[in-house]
Amino acid sequence: MTGQAVEREVGRPRLRKEDARLITGQTNWTDNIQVAGLTHLAILRSPMAHARLTRVDVSPALRRPGVLAAFSGADLAEGLGSLPCAWPVTEDIVLPDHPPIAVDEVRYAGDPVALVVARDRYAAADALEAIEVDYDPLPPVLDLETALAPDAPLVHADKGTNRCYTWPLVTGETFEAVRDRAEVILKRRYHQQRLIPNAMEPRSVVVTPLAASGEYTVYSATQIPHILRIMLSMVTGVPEHKLRVIAPDVGGGFGSKLQVYGEEALTLAVARKLGRPVKWTESRSEGALATHHGRGMIQDVEIAATGEGRLLGLKVDLLADMGAYLMLVTPGIPILGAFMYPAIYKMDAYAFHCTGVFTTRTPTDAYRGAGRPEATFAIERIMDELAAELGLDPIELRRRNWIRHEEFPYTGIAGLTYDSGDYEAATDKALALFGYDDLRAEQRERNRRGDRVRLGIGVSTYTEMCGLAPSRVLRDLRYAAGGWEAASIRMLPTGKVEVVTGTSPHGQGHETCWSQIAADVLGVPFEDVEVLHGDTKAAPQGMDTYGSRSLAVGGEAVHRAARTVVEKARKVAAHLLEASEQDLEFSGGVFSVKGSPEARRTIQEIAFETFTNHDLPDGIEPTINAEHVVDPENFSYPHGTHLCAVEVDTETGRTRIRSYVCVDDVGRAVNPMIVEGQVHGGLAQGIAQALYEEAVYDDEGNLVTGTLADYLVPSAADLPDFVTDRTETPATSNALGVKGVGEAGTIASTPAVVNAVVDALRPLGVHDVRMPCTPERVWRAVKEASA
Amino acid sequence: MIPPAFEYARPAGVDEAVRTLACAGEEAKVLAGGQSLLPLLRLRLAFPELVVDVGRIPELRGVREDGDTLVIGALTTHHAVLHDPLVRRHAGLLAAATATVADPAVRHLGTLGGSLAHADPAGDLPAVALALDAELVVAGPRGRRTVAAREFFVDYLQSALTPDELLVEVRVPKTDGWGFHYEKFHRVAQAWAIVGVAALVRRDDGHLAEARVALANMGSTPLRATATEEALTGADGPGAVARAAERAAEGTRPARDVSASPEYREHLARVLTRRAVLTAGEMG
Repeated sequence: MTGQAVEREVGRPRLRKEDARLITGQTNWTDNIQVAGLTHLAILRSPMAHARLTRVDVSPALRRPGVLAAFSGADLAEGLGSLPCAWPVTEDIVLPDHPPIAVDEVRYAGDPVALVVARDRYAAADALEAIEVDYDPLPPVLDLETALAPDAPLVHADKGTNRCYTWPLVTGETFEAVRDRAEVILKRRYHQQRLIPNAMEPRSVVVTPLAASGEYTVYSATQIPHILRIMLSMVTGVPEHKLRVIAPDVGGGFGSKLQVYGEEALTLAVARKLGRPVKWTESRSEGALATHHGRGMIQDVEIAATGEGRLLGLKVDLLADMGAYLMLVTPGIPILGAFMYPAIYKMDAYAFHCTGVFTTRTPTDAYRGAGRPEATFAIERIMDELAAELGLDPIELRRRNWIRHEEFPYTGIAGLTYDSGDYEAATDKALALFGYDDLRAEQRERNRRGDRVRLGIGVSTYTEMCGLAPSRVLRDLRYAAGGWEAASIRMLPTGKVEVVTGTSPHGQGHETCWSQIAADVLGVPFEDVEVLHGDTKAAPQGMDTYGSRSLAVGGEAVHRAARTVVEKARKVAAHLLEASEQDLEFSGGVFSVKGSPEARRTIQEIAFETFTNHDLPDGIEPTINAEHVVDPENFSYPHGTHLCAVEVDTETGRTRIRSYVCVDDVGRAVNPMIVEGQVHGGLAQGIAQALYEEAVYDDEGNLVTGTLADYLVPSAADLPDFVTDRTETPATSNALGVKGVGEAGTIASTPAVVNAVVDALRPLGVHDVRMPCTPERVWRAVKEASA
Repeated sequence: MIPPAFEYARPAGVDEAVRTLACAGEEAKVLAGGQSLLPLLRLRLAFPELVVDVGRIPELRGVREDGDTLVIGALTTHHAVLHDPLVRRHAGLLAAATATVADPAVRHLGTLGGSLAHADPAGDLPAVALALDAELVVAGPRGRRTVAAREFFVDYLQSALTPDELLVEVRVPKTDGWGFHYEKFHRVAQAWAIVGVAALVRRDDGHLAEARVALANMGSTPLRATATEEALTGADGPGAVARAAERAAEGTRPARDVSASPEYREHLARVLTRRAVLTAGEMG
């Protein structure tokens, strides 16, 4: 290539261009959308975890003021297919029917039972109370182990079992073989509690029909407008080309809006039936019941090592709570984790089995990290336990086992090829920032004098796989879709630039980062770039946003499309400057002829020349617009070292995070300020799992933590100041060298915090505290250990 | 989160408010700052036919002195209470505890009177009113009456107010010279107390001459830890305080809920009482 792009934007910590409208609310969140004749949908939900519906009578609701229509599940059954599961992980997976609204049986508290459409949302909510439903109770299925017993009550009686699938990954030597020569074997059981995602913006859907043409516009607070369009077409029978899906500005998702929800299909179905625009917006407590949950696993983990602490093998047996139905990627979530249990460590044997189990609870699915936080938790927890067992410093144990920087690319025991990384560099930096040795000294001193408040230090040297990604790998995992991403660049006649992306931001800052990438390659001002997204008419091709994929795949597509724009412009420039292409230099947005710098054209001028097309020879297409679809060869593998110091009051059980240091390697940082923001938010969410959040059910299967008064989401007031830093080892699977940062903080932080809590209490005889490590659980652990 | 339909009245004065309440009988609820009532409405846990909004009655706001007593209008917001110079000087416990209520947004809307009338045993201020031996002035169709805090909290979310009565003033005896501390144990900043302990102590010549300890969320009403209070009289050091605090859970009946078991609450009551009294008495 002659001439390099001048990089003024990539690497610059710019304020986000989307923030002015997001922070002030001067934008269209879905629930803000008003259209003439809008009607409002409200949903009656089952108060029981499991019951047969013997009668649903909506007629009393129809007599309430303002009510336009009311429907039972049976009323809508004919036009609605089953909600899709796009990830049937095994050939013999049990795939139950999943009607968007229950027809004859409810299978979790929150399952939709009846609908009301009214002129305003108050009338709709009031009318729900008039609907008469008779429930014939069936036994709830709540415990993952007893659910698999032969005589267990069944969630889906027609399937004859609560076992959804069993998925194995067995590589290297057999675990039994390495166990025989191991000097230390540890076996632990960890519980991944269920979590409720709680995006800032609740889910909301608006459907506007165009009766004359049979077209429908679906506005939804979704992460996946493109996938949603396809799936809604299949569920409702509205042809795909008659559906336009728009994800307006979306306020957070964390995986919870990586979904095709019953409410989206129902709102469309009702709008179609009535021929009127319909809006549905969930309430917070409705969302707690009906937006999919995350985590929900029991992990039996066994690790074998030599007396010097060299790992020999790892065995993982997982029970994963699917909830009542399989949603878009429910069965695949634990499988994403399957590849991450061996993490950054070398070993000879790995045996993983996951059994998915149906329960009468809200379905589970992707939640920030999706399988990888669970895996990282298990391996990092048991590494700290192994270090304690061997009398080794937990950092030293990791050094003895991790992949050294000179060994990359490295194919690990689980079959993934890690392209790049430097665990030593990140760890050394983190240890220095943390003051590791001083804190250890203070810890010893407190232990020596039997301090009531103990100090604990937790380590997490994580990696993860993200940038979902290689379509061939996804095929092997039986994932229904590919992993590519599309971008196109439109050079407008006045020289302004529209970047069209198939990713669908919901808070990440794509508009800013994509502008930075395009501005650098094209050599145009950042302000001249506009990013279009989230509307299947404006951005027709895309695979959307999840799994920290947007930058590594979608950003790379923007980068490549921009480079194609430059190459197309080069042909036009050569003609205009009467020079050969080889004699042109391109720098800072300007083509010039080598040796005669006065002969020059900017790329923005060339955009205008192609628009007028007055003077282009035959064979040159009158456009420099370009598009690109990228399908990377590999995932990307961010890594890092997180260190957490906690003070635990052994009398009350309260844990206070004293300091938190993380050094993450997410490859090149396009916008370091956005990276830091992502890390902060990720840490908050991971710490929340460690200390605060849990979806609790009672024995009847009712969600007890159904409001934010009981489900404790920590705020800034509850979190420490974070010390964040980075190392930069570029990814080799994309030209930008980026890895992804959306989930790293969440994946790394949970084990760092719990390791710290246990480390504080280990001298008192405590070896584990179940998450979340509530004050009462810590207090009980101390009490039981000293009894 | 859509409340059921209700009628709405906004009286301009106390007399009009009382008349409105008297006409409505059992079916009316008083709306002050709305920080407790509105969530109940939106969760459809309360279904009043009439909401009587007293938020625009100016005479119910503000703090004044009346001899040895502070008189705080029922509608005075938490924010105003905790920044009020008279409250800070003469009722430091109230200011300190009010600073722990929820978050700034709630404190700008929520009111002292509303918090007391709501009678939530998990609330901070009912326990504080109990520790301060506050008196609550209530206006009704038969005129005004004064109810001691000890008589005011009847049961869970139930006060001595009759449906036609309005809480108008909170009278707080000055506690100049007393040591005080509010020890709140909660899991996140905005959460209710799992247990809260309000402690007031008067020291005399190196020992505790008098101590008052009130507990939040240790039963269906706020409670005074009377056994501890008696044992604290004359306490002359941390050891004596610790022994007295061991009796803090006597006579309590804490609930089991998602955040704590009764056993843990009893344990916390003892630990937090010790800490609160030691801090209040500057003995720790």
